[in-house]
Formats: sequence, C-alpha cells, structure tokens
Amino acid sequence: MDFTIDSEQRDLVAAVRGLVTKVYDSSETRRAATNAEPGFTAWERLAEMGVLSLPFEATPAEVSLVAEELGKVIAPDPFVESIVLAGGLIEAVGSDEQKEEYLDAIAGGEILPVFAWAEPGRDWAADAASVTFSDGTLSGTKASVIHAERADLLVVSAATDAGTGLFLVTEGYTAETERTHDGSRAATVTFDGTPAVPLGAGGDESAAIARALDLARIAYGHEALGAMQVALDTTVGYLKTRKQFGVTLNTFQALNFRAADLYVSLELARSVITWATVVAADENSSDADIAAAASQSALQVNRAGRHIALDAIQLHGGIGMTAEYSVGHYASRIIAIGQLVGDEAFHTDRLAATLTEHDVLDPIG
Amino acid sequence: MRLQLSPEDQAFREEMREFFTTQVPERIRSKVIAREELSKEEWVESQQVLNAAGLAVPGWPVEWGGKDWTQLQRHIWHEEMQLAGVPQPLAFNASMVGPVIANFGSQEIKERFLAKTANLDIWWAQGFSEPDAGSDLASLRTTAIREGDEYVVNGQKTWTTLGQYGDWIFMLVRTDPKAEKKQQGISFLLIDMTTPGVTVRPIQLIDGGFEVNEVFFENVRVPVENLVGEENKGWTYAKFLLGNERVGIAQVGASKRNLATAKERAKERGLLERYAGRIVGLENELLALETTALRVAAHSDAGKPHPASSVLKIKGSQLTQAVSELLMDIEGPAALTSRDARVFLNNRKVSIYGGSNEVQRTIIAGTILGL
Repeated sequence: MDFTIDSEQRDLVAAVRGLVTKVYDSSETRRAATNAEPGFTAWERLAEMGVLSLPFEATPAEVSLVAEELGKVIAPDPFVESIVLAGGLIEAVGSDEQKEEYLDAIAGGEILPVFAWAEPGRDWAADAASVTFSDGTLSGTKASVIHAERADLLVVSAATDAGTGLFLVTEGYTAETERTHDGSRAATVTFDGTPAVPLGAGGDESAAIARALDLARIAYGHEALGAMQVALDTTVGYLKTRKQFGVTLNTFQALNFRAADLYVSLELARSVITWATVVAADENSSDADIAAAASQSALQVNRAGRHIALDAIQLHGGIGMTAEYSVGHYASRIIAIGQLVGDEAFHTDRLAATLTEHDVLDPIG
Repeated sequence: MRLQLSPEDQAFREEMREFFTTQVPERIRSKVIAREELSKEEWVESQQVLNAAGLAVPGWPVEWGGKDWTQLQRHIWHEEMQLAGVPQPLAFNASMVGPVIANFGSQEIKERFLAKTANLDIWWAQGFSEPDAGSDLASLRTTAIREGDEYVVNGQKTWTTLGQYGDWIFMLVRTDPKAEKKQQGISFLLIDMTTPGVTVRPIQLIDGGFEVNEVFFENVRVPVENLVGEENKGWTYAKFLLGNERVGIAQVGASKRNLATAKERAKERGLLERYAGRIVGLENELLALETTALRVAAHSDAGKPHPASSVLKIKGSQLTQAVSELLMDIEGPAALTSRDARVFLNNRKVSIYGGSNEVQRTIIAGTILGL
C-alpha cells in the first residue's frame, strides 16, 4: 500500500491552498462570508481553477486532497455537498442528455445542485420513505438540505413502486431555511405535487445513492482532517504563547499531555481517512468495500474529530468560546461533518452487520 | 496512492504465510494463540527454525544475516508471523542487543556474538532499569570500574524479563562517575551471567507468574573486550536500542489475532450482539494502528525510528490491553479462574515498559509539537 502523492497532485494542492487561503485569509473574512448571502465566496474562482470538475475527471484521491485544503480554512463552499455528492449522482445515474445538460454547467459554477435525501425524524438511512413520486410529481418533506435556497437544481430521492428513485426538480417547492451551527444553511424542503423528472432511467437507484453517499463521506473525512489539523496547530501555538501565572501554558505538563493525546488521535485518524480514499480510488474495490471504508473513516471523524474539536476549545479556555476567535468555528465544522456523514452509533451498526464476514480486518488488498 | 500489493509483495506474503504455518511446529503456535507461556526450549526451537531459513533477524545488516527488504516487506513478515502464532524472535536478541552490536561493535565482538545471538544459542537478558532508575534511566548507578584488563561491576538491575533463562546480559553501567551530565559516563557492557558475583532473584507479578527478575552484581569481573563501542558512549547506543524497541512494540498482528479469537468466542457463546459494538470499535482502532504503522514505515530513514513511533507505542499498548480486557469480559464468571484474567493483569506492563506511555507523551509534546 502506498500513501504518497505525485507531483501533479502536489501542484493541485498548492494551487487550491493558494486560492482558498487568499479568499479566506482570516477567521474574520470567513465569518463575514458566511454571514452574507449565499454564505460562501470562493465558488467562482474554484470553478475557474477547474476544481469543480474534479469529481467528474479525476479520482477520489484528487477530490480528497482538495477537500482537505478546504477543511484547513473551513471554507464554507459546498464542494462535497454540491459537487462530490449531487454532481456525482448526476454523473453516475444521469442519462447522456442529462449529463450533457448539467455537468459542464455545474463544473463551471453556473448551476449549483444539491442532493435532498435526509428526511424528518429519520437517521442517515439512504432509502426514501416520506417523499414519494407518482404521476410525474413529488410529494413529501426532506430535511437538512444544505444550501437548498441557493440551489438551482435539486436532486431528490423518493419512494417509488420500484424502490428509491432519483428525480430532478427546479421549481415548485418551498424551502424553509435555517442557519446551521457551523455557519452554513440547511432547509426543510416541502414538495406538494411538484413536477419532477427522473434522473436516469427512473428505476430503483438505491445502490447508486448508497455509493454516492459513501464517496461523499470519504471526501468529508478529509475536510474534517484538514480542520482537525489546524485546530491542533492553533491549540499548540496558543499553549506556547499564552501566559498565566507569569509563564506560558506549555510550562504545565497536564496541558502538554492533552495536546500529545490530540496528536495521537489526529495521526491515527489521518491514516484511516487516507486509507479510505485509497480504497475508493482502487478500481477493484466493490461497493461493499467502499461502504466499509466510508464507515471506518466516519468512525474516526466522529471520535477523533470530537476529541480534537472539544479539547481545542478547552485548552484555549474562554477565548475558544468566542465567535471572534477561530478555534470554535473549527470545532463547530468538525462536529457538523460528523452530523453529515453519520454518527458513531450509525456506522458501528453498519460495520457490525458484516462483522462475521471476516476473521481479521486486513487493510491491504 | 495504491491499495493493492504489487505481485511481488503478494508473492512475498504468500511465501511468509506458507512458511510460518507449515515450518514452525503447530504445538508451539497453538500455545501462543492460546496465550500460554512458552518454555525456554520452545522459544529456542522456534527461533532456530526461523534462523535456518534466514527469517529471524531481517532487520540486521545483510552480512550478519539481515535481509535487504523494503519496509513494507518487513511489515508483512512481522504481521504474518504474529497472525500465524509464531513466537517472535526473542526481542532482547533480535531487536535490542543484536542491532547495537551490529551498528556500534568492533569486528571482533560482532564475530563473537552475532551468529549465536541470531540463532538464540545465547539467550540475552536486558540490564537497563534499576530500583532508582526507571523512566529516569540515565540516573542509573551500577558501576564498572576499570582495573587493568577488567571492569569490576557492582550494583543492581531490575525488571529483567526472562532473566532466569539468560546466558548473557547486556548492561548499561556507569564507567565515569564524575561525568558532568548523568547521560555521559555510561557504557554498554556484555556480561556472562555465569560469572561469579552475579545473582538472579525472581519477582512474582500480579498475575502470579515469574517473568521478571532482579539481578545483583557483586565485584563481578568482566574482561574489557566485552565493552560494545566506545567507553562512555553507552547512552547513545541505548537511545538507538529504545527507538528500535518502540517500533516493534505496537503488536498489530497479535492484537488482530486476539480480537479474531474474541469475536469467535463471542459468537460461540451467542453473545456477538452484546459485544459487536466493542469489537467494531477495536477493529477500527486496530485499522488505524496498522495503517499508521505502514505510514511510519514508509517514511523512516534506514535504522532511524520516525518520531511518530511514539504514537504506535501509545496506541499499540492501549489496544493490546483493550483486546485482552475484551477476552476476559467475554469469559464471564469463568474469568475468575481463566488464563484471560491473568493475561489482562499481565498486560498492564505494556504501557509501562519500552518507555512508559507518559514518557512517550513527553516525547510527542517536546519533539513533535515543540511544547
């Protein structure tokens, strides 16, 4: 197994880093962007750079490298939500005509798609139950649809006689938008006889939906990883400079040991999250392999993510609680990613279902 | 980035698996898998099977029996050995004194000791810790005072694991009591344990067993040619040794095998549903440990441990303990008399030895984070 990246990938990382660290050059700039509409400001430039076409042209490795850079500045742009997930579904399931109509426009930043899949009162299950499709229209309610109000195109999962299908909607629905704790927007979207066209052939798309969600989970893992890295770096920097009792905080072993434990969590999480990308990028991996890798990654996002996010605040003390300071926003985003990929109990259940299929878990094929 | 093993590495893995599961006696491997104690004869027999095939000391220089393997191949060798229940080559020989002699010893001392060390013809004991020098190893007080062609050694070592089997002991001794810093003035000395004045006294542990000892030295006369490297440079050699010790300490393969046993037992007893969450969590953490070991291996300079090896030591020891705790819990009330509870108690040692986990946190905070 090989975790190294090539020179082209290094160039991609450098270019994306250069762009997003300029657009979001401080916590204050980023906060101002999230407080204005639509809540993100790097989108056009990411499109110009070609980043928004990566999921359609490159491998999950490039997607993950970009997501990690976005995570380091907690860029509020919906790269994973709109491009990896919604765009990925159109690419995977759409007819040739639909792909031609949408993919270039999505990659160019002209059309912003989002995937409406979660439903009120349910967990991260991939099947649709409360939104149904019949006679060319959708009815029912979706929950927590990120940037639904700004979106030009909704990809909606809905129950049909054949199973869970996918549908495209451009108008005829209501979106009740709220701010999320991490500065983004999520809407409750209600369909009531809303005209919708099937994405692709119109049959059961459960497998494609599950796969797309798992690939998004793996990309989210890297976004979380970038944020965890910076949360730790910021905390370590603070311990070295903040003075109390006339000395810097790194005089106190109790604090240094906690920082060391955060480093342990970060490095272990980095390994699993990167491994998951390697699984996703391997053409021999089955959907089941990718699902398992996504769940392993998600467990680390939740465990290591919360460990680092919450201790980063604690080790800062009161300043870590303020909206003015960066570390709390990182914590909020890391927690939010856990809520997007599914929590520890959800993924533990998923992995427990296949527990007896292997004797020992072997990361190398 | 690549997930699949190359055809060569795939073939290498098959070769290792085939060898370990067919050439090392099943009666020895089943004792390891049942986590029973091995006799000295069984340790020696197993290591000699490996050594005859050139598989006992792959990390050593090639001219002394090592292999020109990639880090990934070394990982595969280690992993397959543990999965098959093959006792690892005795760490005191293969990972500790052998590499020190090979890297720092004179040609004469290499010729005297290396072949016998690889073949476990000599069973080495470790003479590092002292009653007042545990984590603060450099404050050791055992002295070796030069008199003509001999050192006269006086003092006490402790926690000498399997010292009751020891033929020779490698020691850190103070040769210059007047050195400015306590790390200076320490030398690395080899002592024949049959020399008059050496006394081994067993220490009983909380699991009831006797795997560690105190070793006393009273006017023990040691020829000067038993000094490894230069006088007063022993601390450098000791740091090299401890770095190597830390890398092997993660015990990924053994924990994976023990977790598979736990899963099997839970299933047999109809308790899989109850323990599934813990097993999934531990599989996830072991996956993290193993993929980290692969990352660390890929980025290690030859012979020099990656600073993140402290991560492997901390997490590896925690998982060894957590898996043995799970095995004990699955036993139910039978744990009161089962071996599993004793192994669980015995495994408290793994977060203490090899540089305690608190020492590792100090290394991470200082060396890596710059705190």
